[in-house]
Amino acid sequence: MPSIKTDPRVYMIAGGITPFKKRYDDKDFRLMVKEAYDMALAEVPRLTPDRIDGAVGSYFSDHFTRQLKAASMVQDYLGLCPKPSKRIEGGGATGGLCFQSAWEAVASGRMSVCVAFGFETMSRVNTWKGNEFIALASDTNFDFPVGGFYTGYYAMMVRRHMHEFGTTAEQMALVSVKNHANALYNPFAQKPRRLTVQEVRSSLMVADPLTMLDICTMSDGAAVCILADEKSAERFGRDPIAITGVGSGSDTMRMADRPHGKVPLLPHERAADYRHLKYPGVHSFRGGRMAAKLAYEMAGITRPLEELDFIELHDAYTSSEIQTYEDLGLCKYGEGGKFVEDGHPFLSNVDYGLKLANPGTLPVNPSGGLLACGHPVGATGLMQAVFAYWQLQGSIKKHMKKETLQVWNAKRGLIHSHAGTGTYITVTVMEKP
Amino acid sequence: MKRRSRKSSETVLYGLDPLIIRDPYEIVYRHSYAQDSPFFAGLTKGKLLGSHCPKCRVTYATPRSHCYRCGGATKWRAIPKQGTIHTYTTCYYGGEAFLDETPFILVLVAFEGVETLFLSRLIGARPEEVRIGMEVAARFSSTPSFRVTDVWFEPKARP
Ligand SMILES: [Zn+2]
Repeated sequence: MPSIKTDPRVYMIAGGITPFKKRYDDKDFRLMVKEAYDMALAEVPRLTPDRIDGAVGSYFSDHFTRQLKAASMVQDYLGLCPKPSKRIEGGGATGGLCFQSAWEAVASGRMSVCVAFGFETMSRVNTWKGNEFIALASDTNFDFPVGGFYTGYYAMMVRRHMHEFGTTAEQMALVSVKNHANALYNPFAQKPRRLTVQEVRSSLMVADPLTMLDICTMSDGAAVCILADEKSAERFGRDPIAITGVGSGSDTMRMADRPHGKVPLLPHERAADYRHLKYPGVHSFRGGRMAAKLAYEMAGITRPLEELDFIELHDAYTSSEIQTYEDLGLCKYGEGGKFVEDGHPFLSNVDYGLKLANPGTLPVNPSGGLLACGHPVGATGLMQAVFAYWQLQGSIKKHMKKETLQVWNAKRGLIHSHAGTGTYITVTVMEKP
Repeated sequence: MKRRSRKSSETVLYGLDPLIIRDPYEIVYRHSYAQDSPFFAGLTKGKLLGSHCPKCRVTYATPRSHCYRCGGATKWRAIPKQGTIHTYTTCYYGGEAFLDETPFILVLVAFEGVETLFLSRLIGARPEEVRIGMEVAARFSSTPSFRVTDVWFEPKARP
């Protein structure tokens, strides 16, 4: 597969988000996006609306909105008509795909400045109806009628991961402890909590082995990113961040259909590492590996663990964070449980109430991730971009009031957005220019 | 069984400031299984029909009328009615449509000589009895609903 080289580069020049909440009864999706948009615009006062060439909007579910063409209503509300606009939808990866679509608009030269906006309003139905809506993003002939429930699908995937590699539920619980504790310092997060492994394991069992605290919640919220070409970034941006790697991947809609073949290797891996591994089966995300491989090739990354300073990844489940460490090549397949147990993805300056051997090697989800920030689907991937943007600017204190979550001297970060049982996955690398 | 639905003119208020109303939504679709129809018809005859690609010599447990390796048309092929559990979970919660069926056990079943898996329910076993590798056998509904749930699996021999 040919790798794409981008020249000139695309930059993120502004970002904004609403706090993610269980429910916003007093603001509809248009107003939520407007608030995030105004927050972003406030950072780039020289960027007048006539300098914006167009927008890409993202929300996942027409069932949640019960309003088709809702992105058109946002375009209208933001005063961006008659500029080009479209809606991007790709399940859980909707936000990540939207970000990459805005990147494509600028990288192709079609636009100099493009707005990416995303939102979701999941509070309009009860949690179990919401779970049913989400499960409609599985095959409705063969999967949904059997008991369509994403937590059930992820429970089966991690059960197999445990069988193949010896991953434990306690290792998964460590991800929950980490992400909920990180969120204590993030005022935009929906569910900051100080937890113990015991509390995670003894909370309500939802689908064995996943408990209520292994799973992200339903949320309302919005996020906005403004992307620009080099000239516009220089002209309007105050502290622009470069987008240096873009990759995405996919897999079969039904996880039952995944093949059992060979691992697509990253530069630092060898075929001998995986001689006996049947891949991806249901234990790994082939689309995530593809996305990482493409993004690393574009960004020139050959040793991700050493060359990245932080990661914001799609931890809809504690288990999928562990599976994703492996897809991204932070450790070998099978070592994800140990990777978190050894402390690598924790922040070194946060007290988690745990004894960790190597905290802070490569912080993962310093924001608190989906588990603790919430997951208003269409906004989530853009939220990650906003947090990554602040990390790379060194502006966490300015935006979060505290600097606890600031990864010092962060030069390069990665964001990862994920849909279905791994059916669409995006990986984007962002860097200080 | 079917409750008389509320008149559309009947408005329920959930809140006044902001103003929040109850807003029901119901649709009936005309759904065709199209090229997958033989699979669902097969279930009514106690058959589990998968797809076989003669060129790639691959059998898919869940049917697909075209092979994702070579793009060629597949042939219908009965797959074994016995298999082993590749992975499983017990769902104590679920989507609203399935909440009253909880707890239920989901399994991905593997079959000898078949490349891919089949998602189904396991019935007749307690959650703590289920194991990866456990032998299971397909059971078919005698009163078909023409849904994939017309087949389910049970432990091959009760422990
Ligand atoms: Zn074939």
